[in-house]
Amino acid sequence: MNLEISGLVQRFGTTTVLDGLELRTGAVRSLVLVGPSGGGKSTLLRILAGLDVPVAGSVAFDGVTLARDEPSLRAYRRTVGTVFQAYNLFPHLTAMDNLLLPLVHVHGLSESEARARVREPLERFHLAEHAHKRPAELSGGQKQRIAILRALIVQPKRLFLDEPTSALDPEMTAEVLEMIGELKDLGTQFVLVTHEMGFARRVADLVAFVGDGRVLAHGPPGEIIDRCEVPRVRSFFARILP
Amino acid sequence: MPRWLAHTIVVVLFAALIALAFSRVNYAWNWAGVWEYRQKLLQGFGVTVALSLTSLIVSTLIGMLAALLLGSKNVFLEAVGRVYVELIRGTPLLVQLLIGFYVVASAVGLENRYVVGVLLLSLFSGAYMAEIFRGGLAAIPQTQRDSARAIGLTPWQSFRLVILPQAIRHVLPAVAGQFVSLIKDSSLLSVIAVSEFTLAAQEVNSFTYSTLESYLPLAAGYLLLTLPLSAVSRILERRYRYEA
Repeated sequence: MNLEISGLVQRFGTTTVLDGLELRTGAVRSLVLVGPSGGGKSTLLRILAGLDVPVAGSVAFDGVTLARDEPSLRAYRRTVGTVFQAYNLFPHLTAMDNLLLPLVHVHGLSESEARARVREPLERFHLAEHAHKRPAELSGGQKQRIAILRALIVQPKRLFLDEPTSALDPEMTAEVLEMIGELKDLGTQFVLVTHEMGFARRVADLVAFVGDGRVLAHGPPGEIIDRCEVPRVRSFFARILP
Repeated sequence: MPRWLAHTIVVVLFAALIALAFSRVNYAWNWAGVWEYRQKLLQGFGVTVALSLTSLIVSTLIGMLAALLLGSKNVFLEAVGRVYVELIRGTPLLVQLLIGFYVVASAVGLENRYVVGVLLLSLFSGAYMAEIFRGGLAAIPQTQRDSARAIGLTPWQSFRLVILPQAIRHVLPAVAGQFVSLIKDSSLLSVIAVSEFTLAAQEVNSFTYSTLESYLPLAAGYLLLTLPLSAVSRILERRYRYEA
C-alpha cells in the first residue's frame, strides 16, 4: 500500500489531537505506528480505517483519497478490516456466528457459502475447536485471534489493528503476535498500532513515531527504534526498551 | 436441603405464624358471605389481568420511545424525554391518576375510565421503563458499536444484530420487575372507579363487613399473577446469560 497523509487535523471538543500530521510511506506492506499514549496513534488509525472523519487534511491509499461522507466511508469500511484492543466480538453470538455475520449480512453470502469460507482459516489458525463457543468462554488471546479472523475472512485490502495485544498477558500476547506474523508472511497489508517494539522490529516495513499529533520520525524499524536522531523519539525508546 | 423444600418450609412456618396470630384475636370468620360474591371477585380479577396486559404492552412502547428521546442528540427532544421521566417518577401514581382523570381527561373529553386508566398506568410505568432501557443501552461498550461499524453494518443492522440483542439481555431482569410492579400498581386504578380486582374486594367488604375474608383472597390473587411472572423471568435470565 502507498499511504499519503497531508495536513491531517483532528479535534475532540477543544482538544487538538492531530496537528497537521504528514506522512508519505512509499510502497510498503506493513506500517507500524508507535509513540506515547495520547500522542494520536489510535486517533490516526481510526481515521485511516474510515471510522472517524478528520477536521481537515486528506488521506490517500494507493492514490485513492478517503471520502468524508458516511455512505462512502461505510463502503470503504467494507473493503478493510479493523481490530480493536478489546470487546471486538459480539458476546451474544458464538465465535462462528461472529465470523459468519459480516459475510452473510454485509457481503451477501449464503450461510453455507460463509461456513465453507471460514472452515480453512479456522483450521489453519487452530481455532476450529473453539468456533462453537461464546466469547465469554474464550481466553483473551482466542478472542483477539477470532476478531482478527473475522476481519480477514471478508478478504480486505488491508487490516487496521489498534493495540491488539495491550489487554493481554504475555502468553496470549505471544499467540496473537504469532498470528499477525503469519499474516505478514502471507502478504497481508496492515497498519498496526503497538507497544511491542520487538515485534515491530520483526514485522514492520516502515515504523512511524506519532507524538504531539504529528509524525516525528519515520523509516525502517531498526533506524527508528535503535538509531533515531530526533531527541524526543530517542528518549522515548531509551525509557521503554530494556 | 433442596431449595423447593426450604421454600415450602419457610412458607408453611409463615402461614402458621399468621394463623396463630388470628386464633388469638378470636376473629369470627365469615367465608360464606364472601363466597356469595365470588363472581364479582373473579370478574375484578379478569379486569385486572386485562388492564395489566394492555398497560404492559403500551408502557413498553412508551418506554422505548422515551429512551430514544433521552438518548437523542437533539436538545429539545432530550428535554421532552427528561421532563416526562422526572415528572412521572417524582410524583405518586395516585396523584397522577387523580389529576390525569379528573382534570386532564375531562378537559380533553375522554370519559372512558378504562381507556384513561390504561393510558395513565402506561405513562407511569413507561417512565420507569425508559430509564431501564436507557441503562441497558448505555451498558453496551462503545467498542461494540465501533466493531459493528468497522464491519460495515448499516446503523439499522447494527441496532438489530448487535445492540438490541445485548440490550435485551441487560434489561430483562429489570423489565420483569417492572411488570410485577405494574400488576400491583393497577390496584390504584380503583380510585378512579375502574372495576378491577381491588375495587371488587373493597365492595365485597362493604357488603359483607368481612374485611379479612375479602382482602386475603385479594392478596392471593395478585400472588397468582406475580409469582409465575417472577419464575418466568428467572428462567429467561438463565437462558440469555452469555455463558453457555
